[in-house]
Amino acid sequence: MNALTFSLYILGGSLLAGLLGSLTGLGGGVVLVPMLALLFKVDIHYAIGASLISVIATSSGSAAAYVREGFSNIRIGMFLEIATTLGAIGGAWLATRTPTRGIAIVFGLVLLYSVYLSFQRHDDEIVPQNKWSDRLKMNGAFPAYDGQEQKYSVKHISGGFGAMAGAGILSGLLGIGSGAVKVLAMDHIMRIPFKVSTTTSNFMIGVTAAASAGIYFRRGYISPALSAPVMIGVLLGSLFGAKLLVKSKVKPLRMIFAVVIFFLAVEMIYNGWVGNV
Amino acid sequence: MRELHDKQVEMFIGQVLRAGVLLSSFVTLIGLVLYLAHHGSSIPNYHAFHSVSPMLRTVHELIPYAFHGDSLAIIQLGVLLLIATPVARVAFLVGAFALERDHMYVAVSGLVLVILLFSILFAR
Repeated sequence: MNALTFSLYILGGSLLAGLLGSLTGLGGGVVLVPMLALLFKVDIHYAIGASLISVIATSSGSAAAYVREGFSNIRIGMFLEIATTLGAIGGAWLATRTPTRGIAIVFGLVLLYSVYLSFQRHDDEIVPQNKWSDRLKMNGAFPAYDGQEQKYSVKHISGGFGAMAGAGILSGLLGIGSGAVKVLAMDHIMRIPFKVSTTTSNFMIGVTAAASAGIYFRRGYISPALSAPVMIGVLLGSLFGAKLLVKSKVKPLRMIFAVVIFFLAVEMIYNGWVGNV
Repeated sequence: MRELHDKQVEMFIGQVLRAGVLLSSFVTLIGLVLYLAHHGSSIPNYHAFHSVSPMLRTVHELIPYAFHGDSLAIIQLGVLLLIATPVARVAFLVGAFALERDHMYVAVSGLVLVILLFSILFAR
């Protein structure tokens, strides 16, 4: 396969990965890395480098749309970014010390857990007041469905901070946005309303990925001829996915995609286990 | 009052981010088209890992090549612009919090900015 055909295949595959990632809410990276590693036989370090770049592009590209909705909370996001960026540096450090097979297995496990989490929904339980939430100015309000303003507070800030450091490590090690873990930390631990968690998490993903992308870049893990079609493909795919999300009913689609991602996860674990990556 | 101001700041920053993504993807696309025009028939190998050449991973070496029309260096320039986009967002927020005289969050966002710059410039 020459460079032209290869690039076109990668472009098409990345478009699909971006579409899948945006429709499931898991982000482009979770489909991209297994696709590059298993289907195109790209070394996992290059795959992770290219994926990090696409994660920054989709997160930054969609930020403007999310802000307009008025759900994201910049103070919570900024405070937790201290944890995610430090974690991301740690994850990038771990990436050089973890054998390729280990990375593939951890990737598969995180993927399985993310799919599981994306089907977990529980009703928002609004935290009325918390001393530390007041001190750190994390209280906020968002437009509720009945037109009223719903005020909220935040709890378990240190627990959320710790989980965010974990999300950062995974992001730096695996080249994914780890949106699912970020939402887990905000929604399940800190009890931030779901809409606020998801939009704030999207805002944080780009900053987290930038922290490890610089390290990957200087190590030479970011191969230009591979990253270019990946970045453009994922960006187009996720923009298209965001349009689809507004228009159509995606519940049945989500189910199909979850099954696809489940099999990708099992493939990653299997190939990591037998040393075929 | 604070809510309104926050939202305006965020809207502005959202636009800055979008402009950064557009600019960097445009630069990357130019590099990709040039690369395929010149090297489209070469056989790529990404299966074996050997880190890319120093010229393509060091900023001060890469920029002169990019301006001389080296396609791979142009792509890397696009990638660098993209990495700089979220950093610019954090830098803008430091300024926005300073305008609001929110000293605590000037410190918080300043710390994030320092961590980001450290990782991009020095961390291994």
